Amino acid sequence: MINNMTVKFSSLSENEAFARNVIASFLLPLDPGVDELSDIKTAVSEAVTNCVVHGYPDRAGEITMTAEIENELLHIKVVDEGVGIENVEEALKPFYTTRLNEERSGMGFAIIKAFTDKMTVLSEPGKGTTVEMFKRLSKAGA
Amino acid sequence: MDIKYVVEKNNLYIYLFGELDEHSAKTVKSRIDGLIDHNIGVKNAIFNFSHLTFMDSTGIGVLLGRYKRLKKMKVPVFIQSPSMSVGKILQISGLYEIMPKI
Repeated sequence: MINNMTVKFSSLSENEAFARNVIASFLLPLDPGVDELSDIKTAVSEAVTNCVVHGYPDRAGEITMTAEIENELLHIKVVDEGVGIENVEEALKPFYTTRLNEERSGMGFAIIKAFTDKMTVLSEPGKGTTVEMFKRLSKAGA
Repeated sequence: MDIKYVVEKNNLYIYLFGELDEHSAKTVKSRIDGLIDHNIGVKNAIFNFSHLTFMDSTGIGVLLGRYKRLKKMKVPVFIQSPSMSVGKILQISGLYEIMPKI
C-alpha cells in the first residue's frame, strides 16, 4: 500500500502542534502503537520547531511537510525556504545551539536521530533547509 | 498548558498538564519561575509529568533553566512519572543525571 500527503502552513509556533496532529491523523489508519506514534510526533515537532525558530528567525514563512508510507516504511520531509544552515555538521552535534542566551538545548537533531531510523539534513544558506526522516513502523499494514 | 502545584512536607510538587513545546515554553517558564519564587524555603522540587502528554527538546531547555534557578537556592530537583517518550528525551539529553527520576 502506498499513501501520501502534503500540507503547507505558516511558520508560527502554534503550528507545531498542528503538524504533530496531522502526522498522527495520517498514521492513525495503520493503528500504530502509542509509543511509536509519540516518537514520530516528537521527531516532527523538532523538525517543525527548527523551521519556526531558526529557518525563519525574523518573519513567518512557509513550511511544507510531506509524508509517504509504503508498506511499513514511513518517509517524512519537512521543508522550509528560510535562511538555511551555514554548517550542517556543527548543527547536528548534540548540545550545539546558536541561541546561547535563550535556554535552548541544542538537542533537536539528536532527538530526531534517536526517534527515527534515519535522518538526513540538506541545507543551503539563503535557500532553506530540508529534513528527511525515515522510520519502519512495526504494526503498519497488520 | 496548565500548571498546578502542591507543597507537601516542604516538598514542592509541580504538575504540568498538556503539551510542552516551543509554543508554550515562554508561559511555562514564567509560571514555574513565579511559583518557585512564591515557595522559597522548600526542601526539594519535584516535576510531576503524569499529565504531560507531550514534550520535545524545547522542554529540555525549559527544565535546565529552572534547574539552574533552583540550584542557586540549593534546592534539589527530581522528576516523577514521565511517559515513555518524555523519559527517552530526558535520558538522551542527560537530564536524569542532574534531576533524577524518583
